[in-house]
Amino acid sequence: MGIQSVARWWDQSVRDLRRLRDEPLLLVAIAALFGLLLLFILYPLARVLTVSLFPDGAFSLRLYGQLLGSWFIRQAFLNSVAMGILTAVGGTAIGFLFAFTLTRTDIPGKSLLTLAAILPIISPPFVSALAIILLFGNNGLITRQLLGLQEFAIYGMRGLLLAQVLTFFPVAYLTLRGVLESLGGSLEDAAMNLGATRWKAFRRVTLPLCLPGIASALLVLFIESIADFGNPLILGGSGFPVLSVQVYLQVTGMYDLPGGAALAVILLVPSVIAFLVQRYWVSRKRYVTVSGKPTRAVIRAASPGVQWLLFAACGAVALFVLLFYATILVGAFSRAWGADHTPTWRNFGYVLGVGAQAIQDTLIVAVTASPLAGFLGMAIAFLAIRRRFPGRRALEFISILNFAVPGTVIGIGYILAFNQRPLLLTGTATILIANFLFRYIPVGIQSGMAGLRQIDPAIEEAATNLGASTPVTFRRITLPLLVPAFFSGLVFSFVRAMTAISAAIFLVSADWNLMTVQILSQTEAGRLGAAAAFSVLLILIILAAIGTIRLILGQFFEYRYQATFG
Amino acid sequence: MSVVLENVTKVFEDGQRPGGHVRAVDGVSLEVSDGELVTLLGPSGCGKTTALRIIAGFETPTAGRVLIDGQDVSRLPPHARNTAMVFQSYAIFPHLTVSQNVAFGLQMRGASKDEIASRVQAILELVGLAGLQHRSPEQLSGGQQQRVALARAIITEPRVLLFDEPLSNLDAKLREQMRGEVRKLQRRLAITSLYVTHDQAEAMALSDRIIVMNAGRVQQAGAPLEIYARPANRFVADFIGRVNFLHGQVREVGPDRIRLDVRGRSLEVPVQRADLRVGAVASLLVRPETIRLAPVQGTGPGTFVGTVRRVTYLGPTAEYEIDWDGTPLLAVSGSPLEHGLLSEGARVAFDFPAATVHLLPHAPDGTG
Repeated sequence: MGIQSVARWWDQSVRDLRRLRDEPLLLVAIAALFGLLLLFILYPLARVLTVSLFPDGAFSLRLYGQLLGSWFIRQAFLNSVAMGILTAVGGTAIGFLFAFTLTRTDIPGKSLLTLAAILPIISPPFVSALAIILLFGNNGLITRQLLGLQEFAIYGMRGLLLAQVLTFFPVAYLTLRGVLESLGGSLEDAAMNLGATRWKAFRRVTLPLCLPGIASALLVLFIESIADFGNPLILGGSGFPVLSVQVYLQVTGMYDLPGGAALAVILLVPSVIAFLVQRYWVSRKRYVTVSGKPTRAVIRAASPGVQWLLFAACGAVALFVLLFYATILVGAFSRAWGADHTPTWRNFGYVLGVGAQAIQDTLIVAVTASPLAGFLGMAIAFLAIRRRFPGRRALEFISILNFAVPGTVIGIGYILAFNQRPLLLTGTATILIANFLFRYIPVGIQSGMAGLRQIDPAIEEAATNLGASTPVTFRRITLPLLVPAFFSGLVFSFVRAMTAISAAIFLVSADWNLMTVQILSQTEAGRLGAAAAFSVLLILIILAAIGTIRLILGQFFEYRYQATFG
Repeated sequence: MSVVLENVTKVFEDGQRPGGHVRAVDGVSLEVSDGELVTLLGPSGCGKTTALRIIAGFETPTAGRVLIDGQDVSRLPPHARNTAMVFQSYAIFPHLTVSQNVAFGLQMRGASKDEIASRVQAILELVGLAGLQHRSPEQLSGGQQQRVALARAIITEPRVLLFDEPLSNLDAKLREQMRGEVRKLQRRLAITSLYVTHDQAEAMALSDRIIVMNAGRVQQAGAPLEIYARPANRFVADFIGRVNFLHGQVREVGPDRIRLDVRGRSLEVPVQRADLRVGAVASLLVRPETIRLAPVQGTGPGTFVGTVRRVTYLGPTAEYEIDWDGTPLLAVSGSPLEHGLLSEGARVAFDFPAATVHLLPHAPDGTG
């Protein structure tokens, strides 16, 4: 960047600022947003860095030296990365299989397959781990009861990989389904029209066009796997340490906050690299398929034989997923798992007794945080896409950044940042709400941006042109048009807030506890029936919430126009 | 109300080349007088829409000033400018009904409920949408949506009405009908208007004056007839209508006419051009419809002779591609029903009235 372009950038910034001066409300809104993001996203991260780099008040890499000198920690790092890669590959492969099968074939039972690919998204991320223990654990239904195995090593790498792949493949599925749907069918039609066989059309047209999406899914799954906390805590054991769990143990087991912070920074490195690659390299490579209307996807893309093969493969995965959920359900109603499977309400009675407070707390936190996250997300998306102001890119970047940061890192950061006056928030509901709010803003932003891209900018320009200032335009025009996007972001952040564990486990207290944390501690204590009952309750609450939102949407808004305007 | 652009320049970052810049609008000055309808005409990418958006306030000029009614509005945000725009995509608010759309501007100005109701009613009648006020936009045809956009813009009695290719999404028949209505309405309300289009027929039909733009600069400004008859340069001549470029050598420069030698025939063209000297080569601009054709019956004096290469029958007219000793010429005849069709390969004699010819200095690279 030469002096000239710096000067030009400066000129532009000054000019943008001058424009903002005429809209003081907008200026205030932007400043407030910046303040909040700095305080609740950057400041905690900065605290993690400084605490780990200044252990005795002076700069020192001592902590890093100690930790990386430990064989156990190095192994945990390698395990995390290896697990990330394997989960990314496996999950993306299954995700693509589902996406292709569901968009390009006309096999029966599609709704069941979709259910299998959606269920893991709306359940706590460690439900798979719980089910795996119920099925394959020391007292597992399959290993012990059916096969009579005494020592089946489900703990460790194999079990964890199974759990993570089944937990995270839906994320890849959703991404790739979007890609395949936006490709439409006409390109494959064109390839076949020019003489390509189905296989060649897939190899030469469909697959290359999906590559950016596949790369993106790989990186996102890598990030999710490395950040995953619940599954490895339950399934990893001491034989297979991973970093995210070690951070937690360092803090809660050894009361070593600076050491935990240093570990958190080490954990942050691969995640942030993957995030930056995803954001600045892969997302640039995305193909834009020029087409006015989405064409109906072809269902000639696979021959009947291949279709049945795909069906069988997806069916097997789906059966596995559904088996997991059935196991949880049965477990929730069993007297004593593995010994006495007589149906009983006892587990629910126990959970509703011991866990009533946690259920209430979880609901309060989620119901407060998710609409705020949704609204802030819409506002940031609007500003980032439709308004010019200095620091616009930075605003977007900071708010998306939290997506790349593993929850454990954020958890430590919040403890470090908000444990003293004037920012004494530890142990309160506020810290939980703030954590969820700023952690799930990216979800709101993403759906806001997707929604905004559907709205012709001229519609907002027309409002401004007719005399509406920026805030009025946002309130009267943009927001009503974003209602569908807002609610889909809301559902997603609500689900995330209900099911999150990794950051929250650092922030809960005697006064404010969460269901996920309770499920985890019941599992660790071996009360699997209670854990299963808790999980069932959690999933039921989420389903009820989604159903209610859908109902409200359908009742009060009829969004038919989206299809006709663009 | 008048609109003035003073030396306006807009530089954009070039998305393709890092660090690169594009001068979308390059030192443009123009004026639209009170009640006048002026068209900005040019190919896509010529900067006409950017100029319009600068007036509306959607873009800030890199340099230069925008004056509305003598007031410098360059620093005014778009919502405070009281300009009304009719968008190419109509930009109708999809979640509001027809009357809510039309009422929006008045609500922003804090008008009373009663006033809004009566004015919306009146304007809907004016644009022929009475009875449709409770429809939602998706239930309207393209032409009706166009009328909603128009009604929504004019109801606020804006200082300037800005049109951004408003008719380009309509089919050909409707487009012609709507451009008549737009013109009638604009005359009746006498709103100062700036109209952007790339369609030269639309510009001709609508405008008091046309400003031709290319590559961010104004090429020529003038009444439609003037621009068509006396284009300022080769670009304008080529862009507006179609034209044959012939060469001639200047023999004599008189006070109000220039005599040239065109392929051995002397031609006196009634134009004044200070930049043409005796002995220079000039470009003769001959419009295809001014060429008169006749089958050859012996070589008469005073006419040129060529061969018909291709005939395109268009109904009301026919187009002939004529090979004039190696130079291709385009001629458009009157109604073939009246004059009959020439056949391909036939020898034709042709002529054009010297009074319809326009002269430009000859530039071998074709730029000027």
